[in-house]
Amino acid sequence: MLEQLLNARAFVMEPSTVPPPVQHLSPEGTLLVAEPVLSDAEALAGLRAILLGRRFDERCVHLQRRGLMVTLAPGIGQEACSVGSVIPLDRTRDWFVPQYREAAGQLLHGLPLVQAFLWHMGSPLGFFVPKHLRMLPFNAAVAGQIPHATGLGWGLRLRGTDDVVVVHFGEGATSQGDFHEALNLAGVVKAPVIFFCQNNNWAISTPRELQTASATIAQKGIAYGIPGILVDGNDLFAVVDVMREAVARARRGDGPTLVEAITYRLGMHTTADDGARCEPAGMRDEWRPKDPILRLQKYLQRRGLWTERIGEDMDREVAAELDAAWAEAQATPPSTVAESLRHVFAEMSPRLAGQCDAIEEGR
Amino acid sequence: MAETSMVEAIRSAMAFEMARDERVMVLGEDVGGSGGVFRATDGLQARFGTGRVVDAPLSESAIIGSAVGLAIAGMVPIAEIQFVGFTHNAFNQIVEQLARLRYRSWGTLSAPVVVRAPFGGGVRAPEMHSDAFEAHFAHAPGLKVVAPANPGDARGLLLASIRDPDPVLFLEPLRGYRLIRGEVPDGDVTVPLGKAHVVREGRDVTLVAWSAAVDLAKQVADEARAKGIAVEVIDLRTLVPMDEDAVRASVRKTGRCVVLQEASQTGGFAAEVIATIQEDPETFYSLKAPIARVCGPDTPYPVQMLEEGYLINTHRVLAAVTRSAES
Repeated sequence: MLEQLLNARAFVMEPSTVPPPVQHLSPEGTLLVAEPVLSDAEALAGLRAILLGRRFDERCVHLQRRGLMVTLAPGIGQEACSVGSVIPLDRTRDWFVPQYREAAGQLLHGLPLVQAFLWHMGSPLGFFVPKHLRMLPFNAAVAGQIPHATGLGWGLRLRGTDDVVVVHFGEGATSQGDFHEALNLAGVVKAPVIFFCQNNNWAISTPRELQTASATIAQKGIAYGIPGILVDGNDLFAVVDVMREAVARARRGDGPTLVEAITYRLGMHTTADDGARCEPAGMRDEWRPKDPILRLQKYLQRRGLWTERIGEDMDREVAAELDAAWAEAQATPPSTVAESLRHVFAEMSPRLAGQCDAIEEGR
Repeated sequence: MAETSMVEAIRSAMAFEMARDERVMVLGEDVGGSGGVFRATDGLQARFGTGRVVDAPLSESAIIGSAVGLAIAGMVPIAEIQFVGFTHNAFNQIVEQLARLRYRSWGTLSAPVVVRAPFGGGVRAPEMHSDAFEAHFAHAPGLKVVAPANPGDARGLLLASIRDPDPVLFLEPLRGYRLIRGEVPDGDVTVPLGKAHVVREGRDVTLVAWSAAVDLAKQVADEARAKGIAVEVIDLRTLVPMDEDAVRASVRKTGRCVVLQEASQTGGFAAEVIATIQEDPETFYSLKAPIARVCGPDTPYPVQMLEEGYLINTHRVLAAVTRSAES
């Protein structure tokens, strides 16, 4: 009986409207569409932003292994997702809401590099939001930030602006209640939010197919009245193209979009928990050639804009930038617990003031 | 100045603030057309529009989580949770996100959100609709917890809570919504957070209470007077921050103290009050009797048939007061 009904399509089982991932650049760097969405200068700047994120993460993992940093989650291999999300934003007014694997995009959106280092050093100054930076601190509670993005976008509209919000999370986060509650509400109030899922296939050690029986994450938007779209998350051009469209929709008041970017975790879950030992043999080898950096380099090479010399110069520049910020981070005076008590409430309660005195006096 | 019910006073505070400050908005389940299941928001949507009085999906975590974002965008959200037992659907958003936003952003972001919820039982509501969960939230750094006992305080404390730069959990005595009536001043009259109120003066025993238990304490004070015991009743009004000085001053005067708590005993807020009293040497050495607490038993809040026997009552409180006075 059930089978008959299913065959008669009395039940909706398979959203047939989700097309394959948008792709603009092949892994060999050939352009698959008529016109590039980024100019040569923009493509070079995008590559540099990805490279800065990559070298930052690599350096932090190295420093962590030397005991100089705390547990951290590198975004190695996934940088085109966050960088491509930020390129279409106006950083003076649009918001970027990260999970915790988006250093590349955060830096491009204006997070000072020294703060990114401080964050990985376990300093509370890593979470400090400088004035005019339109970004929330990274969120270690998976999916906890997604409803914030809904409210933030909704509020910006209530305040009479057409500013938009982009929020990032992984495919594991889409199993959390907060993902569903946030999308559901955003659909109802037409919040100008782009929900950006970096589907890197792994939630620590749990593969994508154990996370959900849905054929795609993108189709989950359909149930909330939100269009979903699949994009090749290792293709900067495709991500920028999809995001430009989603940002324009949000800005003109047409509401939220769910973007599922297909990518792959080439690093580790975190320095404390490398789920990679659960990966099937050969899976990484399959993904390495799809690396967003290689792809952009090949594209630029085809256009005569990439030589070994240009690559070396860019690497040197990025390394110098990292050296300077790392030196500044190390020279930053350590924060104290007594100081932290001043940030619990706008004004310290008598009890907190007493605790502050006790800490300062070593009681 | 007019005599009104608790729920009218709460509504009046929201209407006053919404008229005064266009950033103030209300969101929650059934708060719009229906005016809330207890009618606390009755008429607000008709007056202020669907943009500022929002019928939210049945989705507590999204209500609180979006309120965090709304506040960052510059709004001043009042989020209604239909019953305090349902705040746990949003526990992560309240405790991990809302309460710690200022701290984790090192003072650079804040979320001046008021979370309103009916508190406690005694109205034969369905199971899981009568909890008294103040202790779960008093234990969350960064969150203020307010529990008014009368309409005048409810209005003044709610005005102060909405204007407070930090998040406030505002607990409203469910069984007092209509039952508790009192004088409520008109206009811009706030009651500061963190200040307790001496409801009855007396020199023999201090009774500390909050929310609906304050009425119980007043009844016991009247009954105790007939037995020759002069009870001083302290209405805490705000649990976080607690008015430690007021409680200690009263206990130093009486030397005896009983703390009332509707919730189950273990790990409850009464324990915090008692620890606060005794860790101050001067107050500790003024004690003439052990500090007692009268609480619910360590069971979940029961279904209707057991409700009357479960709730703390004048008989149990008077017995505790008498024991304290005689020891």
